[in-house]
Amino acid sequence: MRVAWSFLLVVLLAAVAFFGADAGGQALFGVVLPYVAMVVFLVGIAARVLSWARSTVPFRIPTTCGQQRSLPWIKPASLDNPSTGRGAAARVLLEVFAFRSLFRNTRSELRPGGRFTFSPDKWLWAGALAFHYAFLVVFLRHYRFFAEPVPAVVRWIEGLDGFFQVGLPVVYLTDIVLVAALGFLLWRRLEDARLRYLSLHADYFPLALLLGIAVSGVLLRYFVRADVVRVKELAIGLVSLHPAVPQGISPLVFAHIFLVTVLIAYFPFSKLVHMAGVFLSPTRNLANDTRMRRHVNPWNPAIVGHTYAEWEHEFHDKLKASGIPLDEE
Amino acid sequence: MRDRGRIVTGLAVFVAVALAPVWQAALHGAARRPEPKIVTTAKQCVEPTAAMRRDHMDLLYAWRDTVVRRGQRTYLAADGKTVTMSLTGTCMKCHPNKKEFCDACHNYLAVSPYCWECHIEPKEKS
Repeated sequence: MRVAWSFLLVVLLAAVAFFGADAGGQALFGVVLPYVAMVVFLVGIAARVLSWARSTVPFRIPTTCGQQRSLPWIKPASLDNPSTGRGAAARVLLEVFAFRSLFRNTRSELRPGGRFTFSPDKWLWAGALAFHYAFLVVFLRHYRFFAEPVPAVVRWIEGLDGFFQVGLPVVYLTDIVLVAALGFLLWRRLEDARLRYLSLHADYFPLALLLGIAVSGVLLRYFVRADVVRVKELAIGLVSLHPAVPQGISPLVFAHIFLVTVLIAYFPFSKLVHMAGVFLSPTRNLANDTRMRRHVNPWNPAIVGHTYAEWEHEFHDKLKASGIPLDEE
Repeated sequence: MRDRGRIVTGLAVFVAVALAPVWQAALHGAARRPEPKIVTTAKQCVEPTAAMRRDHMDLLYAWRDTVVRRGQRTYLAADGKTVTMSLTGTCMKCHPNKKEFCDACHNYLAVSPYCWECHIEPKEKS
């Protein structure tokens, strides 16, 4: 049911933009809402990150997935149990670029006969990696609509992406990978009863939204084409802060833009904010050096110490009178 | 706690990068809209202008397949006219100015069609 509601919502959003733009709401869906969404996105992300920066990290809580640095003849796992800032940085970067923690994913199953097994499950890792990289390439490719002249890097990416020169306009490999990976990630949630039970609207809606964006984009490129020169005019108008809505852009473009607008505005309030959060996870970005360096809780009150020598000095006479041996003498 | 400086720096870098198109637009000034120059006196292309502007690649792709794979060279347009299917013979006869016509929009949108990997580019004064 949850998945149906999420998809219904996405279809409704697309329909609102489609018919809204058709009824003369181009300026709303093409200019006003994208600007609002961008402001919400930037302010929202900044507020999130700053609130994380303010939150207290009283001690080091890295996950220790390997041998920690100890005696010189014991080989430490410098990535899985980093003892230096550099090691922790490498761990975060590998997490960002290679999703190492997903690589460790296991699947637990109750086998017939009551045997409970854990087995490695790389599919989530593979699907996530495929989706994220395909989406990155698609995102970067869209830069051609926002920049004039188009940077050479964007052209190279496009050339590689359309390497096989299938059809005209050339089919992009990432378009196929993106839709396939999103489909897989959705199927993964639906196929397993336990995972289905755990999945919420907050899990299905982003998937549905991204699928909506991908499908409308694919439609626009390969099937019901829009006048891309005018689309680029609209985009350039937005980024040069002189927005203008050229006439004759098909409403499907506005549906596509509106779904992206919703994604951008939804970003800081959803699980998608892991884009920023991955850099700030204390279990990844802290070095495991608690046994090497002293970490003082920064908001501890200043503790006034009272050493034994001072105590002895304070009660010197009484101790002496009771015949207790003193260090001082 | 002591990482606040680094976090804020990272955030500032992210915001700056996220606004990259805005900086580029500010640096390069307003982009002009491409005006493909039409030098022919013919009233209409093979199909109506709006359809050509949007879907010319479909037409060219279909032409390529019909000519190369089926050996047919006559195209029946929607309005009943017949045209010879040929890029250099038909298209480029009306639009010999590839640089000012084809490339105007293609460069604007960073499209690099592979027509000229097989066909000979029309000779033009640059």
